[in-house]
Formats: sequence, structure tokens, C-alpha cells
Amino acid sequence: MLVGASVIFGFVMVLLVLAFRKHDDAPRERLWIVKLGLVFPIAVLLALLAYGLFVGERLLPRQGADVVSVKAEGRMWAWRFSYADVEGRTTQGVLHIPAGVPVDVAVTSVDVVHSFWVPRLAGKLDAIPGHVNVLRIEADEPGTYHGRSAEFSGEGYDQFAFTVVAHDDAEWRSFLAGEIE
Amino acid sequence: MKALERHRRMTETWASDPGFKGWFSTVSHTDLGRMFLVTAFFFFLVGGILAMLIRAQLATPHSAFAGPEIYNQLFTMHGTIMMFLFAIPTFEGLAVYLLPKMLGTRDLAFPRLTAYGYWCYVFGGSMLLFSMLFGIAPDGGWFMYPPLTGPLYSPGINTDFWLIGITFVEISAIAAAAEITVSILKYRAPGMSLDKMPIFAWYALVTALMILTGFPPLILGSVLLEVERAFGLPFFQAELGGDSLLWQHLFWLFGHPEVYIIFLPAAGVISTVLPVMCRTTLLGYGWIVAAAVALAFLSFGLWVHHMFTTGIPHMGLAFFSAASTLVAVPTGVQIFAWIGTMWKGRPDLRLPMLHILGFFITFVIGGLTGVMVAVVPFDWQAHDTAFVTAHLHYVLFGGFVFPILAGLYYWLPHFTGRLRFFRLGELAFVLIFVGFHVTFLAMHWVGLLGQRRRISTYQPEDGWTVINLISSIGGFVVALGIGIVIIEVILHAVAARRSARNPWGAGSLEWAMLTPAPAYNFASLPHVTSRNPLADNPDLAVELAQGKGYLAAPSRWRETLTVEVASGKPDYHVIYPGNTRLPIVMSAVTGIFFLSLLVKFYWTVPVAVIGVAVLAWRWVWELGRKDDLPAQSIGHDVELPNTVAVDHAPGWWGSLFLLTANATFFGSLIFGFAFLWTVAPGWPPPVWFEPSAIELGLGILGGLVAVVAMRLALRANDRARSPLPMLGVAFAGTLAVAAACGLLMLRTPAPAEHAYGATLLVMGGYGLFHAALVSLMVVFLIARVSRGFTSPVRRAEFPIVVLWTDYLALVGAFTLLAAHLTGYLA
Repeated sequence: MLVGASVIFGFVMVLLVLAFRKHDDAPRERLWIVKLGLVFPIAVLLALLAYGLFVGERLLPRQGADVVSVKAEGRMWAWRFSYADVEGRTTQGVLHIPAGVPVDVAVTSVDVVHSFWVPRLAGKLDAIPGHVNVLRIEADEPGTYHGRSAEFSGEGYDQFAFTVVAHDDAEWRSFLAGEIE
Repeated sequence: MKALERHRRMTETWASDPGFKGWFSTVSHTDLGRMFLVTAFFFFLVGGILAMLIRAQLATPHSAFAGPEIYNQLFTMHGTIMMFLFAIPTFEGLAVYLLPKMLGTRDLAFPRLTAYGYWCYVFGGSMLLFSMLFGIAPDGGWFMYPPLTGPLYSPGINTDFWLIGITFVEISAIAAAAEITVSILKYRAPGMSLDKMPIFAWYALVTALMILTGFPPLILGSVLLEVERAFGLPFFQAELGGDSLLWQHLFWLFGHPEVYIIFLPAAGVISTVLPVMCRTTLLGYGWIVAAAVALAFLSFGLWVHHMFTTGIPHMGLAFFSAASTLVAVPTGVQIFAWIGTMWKGRPDLRLPMLHILGFFITFVIGGLTGVMVAVVPFDWQAHDTAFVTAHLHYVLFGGFVFPILAGLYYWLPHFTGRLRFFRLGELAFVLIFVGFHVTFLAMHWVGLLGQRRRISTYQPEDGWTVINLISSIGGFVVALGIGIVIIEVILHAVAARRSARNPWGAGSLEWAMLTPAPAYNFASLPHVTSRNPLADNPDLAVELAQGKGYLAAPSRWRETLTVEVASGKPDYHVIYPGNTRLPIVMSAVTGIFFLSLLVKFYWTVPVAVIGVAVLAWRWVWELGRKDDLPAQSIGHDVELPNTVAVDHAPGWWGSLFLLTANATFFGSLIFGFAFLWTVAPGWPPPVWFEPSAIELGLGILGGLVAVVAMRLALRANDRARSPLPMLGVAFAGTLAVAAACGLLMLRTPAPAEHAYGATLLVMGGYGLFHAALVSLMVVFLIARVSRGFTSPVRRAEFPIVVLWTDYLALVGAFTLLAAHLTGYLA
């Protein structure tokens, strides 16, 4: 996108500069308005739109057998996570997930609007009181990922962060067994 | 009569009161346009100082300059002031000042309304300034998302300042928009058909119509949120059947068109100034008009792109993503038409042209990053980061501030009658341009590195320190440039050389007059036969001053004429009201109403409402006359009837567009009701409304009776019979609607406990208010008839009340059906 944008920008700037040279052009409404003004943007935009939809569709949560479900509940200013695989298990500020497995995070809020965002795992999804939104994330490698709340939520917003820990198989089993806090 | 003699006598009729006292009683569009612009520029400086404070805070990590409590007020007020108190009023000021001059007439349609809108803006803006000085300014972001701004999480008065102050300011936007629309459609020089209008008028027309349909959703949202805060009716609380998403929809239904409401006038300035700078005419006039109209329509279809991360289904996202990218097409048409114009002519690098080049470079980058964030997956990452902040500043600063600066330097000789002497503007341009790009290119970058919007500080480990420092330095360079602009404008006003008429060699009518502009604009009105009348006839200014146009005879009235909408053929003769303090008094009393709500001094609310009603009564009463005015000669053997003697007087047109805004408000309310019903959690409500066929019938029938009776009254008046009996029947009809709506409000089940009851209560209140308003209008008409202000000839007031009665019957029926039918269904 950056390359495409730069090319278009450069093209427009060249046209602008050329307007200042000495010339005797007849006014050519068709060229400027129909070809450059209408056809050119429509062609570029259609291509971009199709690409965006294709990528967006791939990022959507699909039903699958081995999807792990967790729940993220935002409040001012902490996240509480609970796990479908272990009844009653909750963690505060740290979300544990298995690596290499798709995870559906059911995002909601108990007070104001927050947004669940782990930049390296997926895009943002808002936590809205009364609604539950599902975000699909997947960590390819075990490790620690930083997460932030990305919707302004008043005074504690600056420091409103959390961590996602992706475990390998063995660690994930011991987490489920309650051996990791 | 000599030109000088005519000038003196016209000035006597049209001049505002002398001295600064004249500011409070002036109704002249020239004065008020200048006052609007100066006030808006003042708010631009205030918003700019806030921006500098924000950049000072972010320049270093761990900054102790402002804590979150203060910082949240800073960025909330920066956005609020720039959007509502700078950008929109700047458009209003520019349109108020320029339009009558460009359209070849003497004032806008409703001079007193211009003044009323201006004072509402000043008083509403002052409320917000006051809150800032005392450290109790709004702090929930300029978008004010509940529940954060709801009673639970923002109990202080801060949020109320926003909701009430901004709603007060919106009155001026709605008033100006209705006025601008009527003025452009009706108040033009004879012969100026729609396709011969100056391009700026087209842009202003589209913008004004967008304000009329774009602002009501926000006003509704503000009313609902304030009612929730003040009286506990739960519109946005999920546990009581409300939904905070409703606010987001209402806000962005306004918020996205708002971007184009800001951009279109600036595009109008470019389309006006650019051809003059290139010594040619605009390429593709018709295409540009079509592009502006297309932008207006599209902009209402893409508010959801501000809500891509709220969990809306992907197909919905696809639709809005397509609409969002589509909006780049009409923008592209305009950009290439402008570049084509430059190719067609010979561009000169004079100062306005420099700013236009600044616009091109900045706006094209802003548009390209805009296309990027319209791509959904990209937005999921970039949303709410500094990247978006940077993008919107490219669009708004590039798309508004640069064109406005171009316009400022272009029309400065018109404001002052002088030419620039000190060449500071070029230096200022370089500083602003370079400083801007340093600031916001850096901000794009830091946004992609993950810096969120609206954080008050960050850690050194984040690695953003250097970029933020660079960005802050750029910001202060911009401030320096703006400072130099101010110095130059002041020097210009006091110490520059006198300018000849039409210093740029422009072809539009605003230059066919003395500068600074005389109070009456044109000593006689031109007959327009092309888009560039002054280019066709360079002696036009002199000929008009000599009285060779229409309405050349000085009179003790302020006179002008209106034209048929499409063809520009003259149709009515108009007499304007003179100087009066009524507007400022009425807006002060309106201010008492809003202030009482703000400080919860509820017993003064009805006092203020009655005060406004009394003043409004007087406002309308002052117009009109007790004798039939014969058709008036306007010169060149044309005679026109006066507006008291026509079916569609300016007041009728004004009502029509006011009702357009009003209907949008009502439509948003119905949308809110349907939205809560279908989307909000916590439905169905525990108790339904108890329906009553009698009340439903009473309200609908009452409305119908009023509609029919008003028509019969109008017909009776036309046939020289007394309209009083039928006016009495119409009055009874409006009372029946009022009773049905009042009963609905009384019997609404537990409005504080569920959004269902709360919404019904508001709808009932809306119906009741309109019933009261229309019954007051009918009483007014009865008083006018009894005092001899009407006759078969002087009939203009009847159709206006007919229009309002129709509207009442319609919204009354909708409201009652919505309440009673839902009761029956349950």
C-alpha cells in the first residue's frame, strides 16, 4: 500500500509541477475529468477493496474442532480472563493461551467501552457493555506478547495494558491443570 | 442622481449604528460575517494553544507537565474547539460575508436570524471557554462515548458543559444553514440561473443542506445523553435496555458528514481562487457541482467506518468499506479538474496560490492514508493510534486550513480595501508548511510503531522519544507561522497601501463594488448573463454605482428582490427589517435556558422558555403591514409583488428547510427506538405501554382536523371571508394532539427503569412541544387577523402555518402510533 500510495502521490505532484511550464494546451475536459478523475481512482480502489475483503475474510473466526475459547472482561482499568477449558479459572492482567492453536477471545466490558488489542497477534476489537464480540487470535511461537486497551477510558487509560503468554503443549497442559499461576 | 449622492442616501438607509454599540444591533451580513470570522479565528488560536500544550506534554516521556486529569481536558477541548467553534463558524462567516456579494444582492434572507445565530455561537462558545478556565472542561474525548460520559463514570459537570454548550452552538449552525440555503435559492441577481451561480455558492448550498441533515443526529444524541445524566433515563445503559452503541451511531451519523461539511466550503474557496490565480476559468464546472453533490450523498453512507472495531458483521463492514473507498472518486474528480484548470491557464505563484499548492500536497497524502484506513484489516491495526490522528490532521489541515489561508489572503483586500505591503506571508507559509509536515509525518510513523491516541505519557523503553520530540518541534514551528500571519493581518489593516478595485482581476460579482464593502453592497443590482459577469464587463462596478441596474432608487426601506429558484427570473420585492437588539436579547434568553439546565436551576427553565416565546412573537409581529402594498417597480419596466402578498414568502422557504432539519431529528429518534428494540441487550421491557384507542384516535383525528381547518382558513382569507372560525377549529385540533401526547407522557411505564419507557417519554415530549408550538402559531395568526394585518392580498403568513400544521399532524401520528401499536403488539 505504501508503494502504491507513493507512486500516486508522485504522479499527482508531477502533474502539478508540469502545470507551471510554458505551454498552450487546449482545455481537455475528457482527459482530466473522465480518465484521470473517474476511471483511474475507480480502478485503483476496486483492486484495493477486493484485496482488503480477501484478507479480512481470512482473519475471521471460523468454526473448527480444535479452537480454544477464552473470555476477556474489561473493567476500569484491568482485564480479567476466564477459560472455557477450566471451570472457574480466572487470571487478572495475563491471558494464557496455547501456541500454534487458534484461540477465540470473547470480549466484553462491565463498565465503559474498552478495546482488546494485541498488536502482534491480531487487530483490535471493542469491548462494549452488554455485547460480546469474538476475536480470533493465534500465536505461532510460544512467548510473551504485549497487549493494550485501545479505547480511551478516562484517567487510567495510559497504563491500561495486559500480557498474553503463549505456552507450548506441555506448559499449556500444566496451566490447565492449575500448576502455573 | 450622481453616484456619490446615491451612495450617501443608500448608506443612510443601510448603515449599522455607529461605534461599538452598533455591533449589538447590527443585522448586516457584512458586519456579521466579519464578526463570525474574527471570533472563529480567536477560537482557532485557543485550539492551537491547546495543541501546543498537548505537544509540550508528549515531547518527552514521563512528562510531569500535565497529569491525565488535565491532559484529558486538553485533547477533548482541542478537538471540540477546532471542530465546532472554529471550522463550522469559519464556513458560516465566510458564507455570510461573501454570498450576497457573489450572488449580486444586498443581504441574506433573514438578517436578524444571522445575528441571532452569531450570538448563540458567542454565548455557547463562552460557556466552554469558562469551563476551561476553571479546570472543569469536558474530558471524555470530543466523541464523548458513553458509558464513560454517562452519569456513573463522569458525575462532574464537565460533560454537561459539552452537551449543553455544543447544542447551544449548534443552534447557530442550523440557523445559518437554513438561511444560507434560502438565500442561495432565492436571493440572487436577476438573470442568475442556477447554472450561472458562482461555484462557491454551489458548494455553500451543498454544505448547508448537509448541516441541516447531518447535525440533528448529534443534537438528538446530546439531548438523550443530557437527559440520561440529569434525570436518569437510561438510553445508553446496557443493564436497563439502553445501548452505548446507539450513541456511536448517532455521533458518527453526524461525525462523518461533518468532515465533508468542513472540506466542501474549502473546496469552494479553491474552485473560486485557483482559476483567478491561473488567469482562466474553472475546468468542468458541471462535473465539479456533480462531484460535490455526490460527496454529500456518499458521506451519509459511511459513518460506520468509524466503528470497524465494534464487532459489526463482516458483510456490513464490506459494504461500508466499499462506500468509504468510493468517496475517493468524487474527490479525485475535483482534484483533477483543478489540476486541469492549472494546465488550461497560466498559474502565478502569488501568495494564495502557494497555500493552494500546500493544500494539494497535504490533502493528497491525507486522502491516500484515508484509503488505507478504509481497508478493514489495516484499520483493525491502525485504529485509535497516532496514525489516525496524523491522517485526520492531513485531511483537515490540508483540506481546510490551507484553503482558508488562501482565501484569507485572496479576500483580505476586499475586507480592508488595502493591498499587502509587508511580505511576511511567504515566510509564514514556509514555516506552516514545513512545520506541519514535520509534525504529522512523525506522527504517522510513531502511530505505526504502536503509540495509541489520547495517552498522556509513555515510557522511554517504548522507543518513541525522539520521534515525539521532532513532532513537537514541528508543532511549534507551525505556531510561529500562524503568529506571523496574525502580525501581517494586523499590519495590513492599519498600514498598507490602498487597493484599486478588483486587484486580482477576478470575474465574480463580489469585486464589482467599493472595498471595503459599502453597507448596501450594490447601489443597483446587476443583470447576470454569464458565470463571470465582471470578466465580461469590466465597467460593471461603475455602471452599478451609477444606478444602471435594478432597484436603483434609494428608499427609506432596505430593499432587495428574490428570483425564481431555477431560472433566476425576478419574482418578489423584499423589504428587510432594520437594526435591532432583538437577536442578541433573544439569544441571551436562550442562553439562560441552557445555563439553567447546566447548573440544574430548573425553576428558571420555564421562565426562559416563556421569554423566548414572547421575544419570538415580537420578532415575527414586527414584520408585515396593515395596508396592501401595490406591486413595486424595480426599474427596467419590471414590477414585482411584495413578499407579504405571495404564497411562498421567504418565511415559508425558511420553515421548509428548518422542518427538513427537524424531520431528520425526528427520524433519528425513530431510528434510535428501532435500534434499541432490535440490537440492545435487555429487551423486551418488563412492562409495556397500556394502549388506548381513544387517545390514539384523539391525537390522529386532532391532527387531521387541524390540517383541514388551516386549509379552509387559508381559503376563507383568499375569498375575503373571515378565517377566524376555521382558525379556532385548527387551534382545537392542535390542543387534541397536545392532550394525546401529554397523556402518553403521563402514562409511560417507568421511564427511569427501562429504555423503552424512556424513549416513549422523549417521543411524547417531542410531540407535545410541537403541538404547543403550532397552537401558539395559530393563536398568533388569530391575533394578526384581528388586528388587520392580513387581507386577501396580504396572505403570506397562512401558508407558513399550514406547513407547520402538516408537520405536526405527521409527527404526532407517528409518535402515537409508535407508542400505542407497540402496546398492542405486546
